[in-house]
Amino acid sequence: MSDIIGLVFIGVGLAFDLVGCLGLVRLPDVYNRLQAATKCVTIGTCSILFGTFIIAGFTAAGMKSLLCIVFLILTSPVAAHAIARAAHRSGIKLCKESVIDKYADDKEGHI
Amino acid sequence: MKEARWLIGAIILGVVIALIMLRPMPFLFAAGLPHTGFFGRGLYIIILACFLCLYRICRGPTGADRIVAVDILGIMIAGFCALLTISTGRSWYIDIGIAWALQSFISTLALSKYLEGRDFDE
Repeated sequence: MSDIIGLVFIGVGLAFDLVGCLGLVRLPDVYNRLQAATKCVTIGTCSILFGTFIIAGFTAAGMKSLLCIVFLILTSPVAAHAIARAAHRSGIKLCKESVIDKYADDKEGHI
Repeated sequence: MKEARWLIGAIILGVVIALIMLRPMPFLFAAGLPHTGFFGRGLYIIILACFLCLYRICRGPTGADRIVAVDILGIMIAGFCALLTISTGRSWYIDIGIAWALQSFISTLALSKYLEGRDFDE
């Protein structure tokens, strides 16, 4: 039974990984690519690791995969925010379909 | 025209995934990876996603695209190591995944600081 639940988790994770990387190729802008890739690939990889934990149980591999889940959930949003902030500050333009840019308004208001 | 391009891309992707999941692939056996069962096929799906990331690294118009793609590549290698752990039964593969995720996070922070144009000690 636990094998089947782990298989479902790993299948969902593989689908999310593939769709996230497809978004990384297809979307028009660095901010859109960051959105798609970070969310989909983080959830996908965490789902794969959780499936590993369910299949392996409370052994060395299972506990280490739980540790890796905690680590990924803590660090991936930090890295995404750092990249987005650095890209906006270094002057990379938004794509021409985007309609609003609140961060530029905030920076003009402060200065 | 745009719908035709979408349809062609979807057909190519579906054929590649069906080839991975349904047929044995003798041209990839030489790498020594496991190739039977669901986990062995899942390894090749992650390799396909890694090639999509490599396309973005080579082709990316700005530096930020390349940094995003390198970050995502590191996270996906952690998932690859988790699948290797199950399919081979050796628990030390997941250690490689943890270490790779750690150094990917640190290198992403350093590269974004460098892109922003500031020093490392701010």
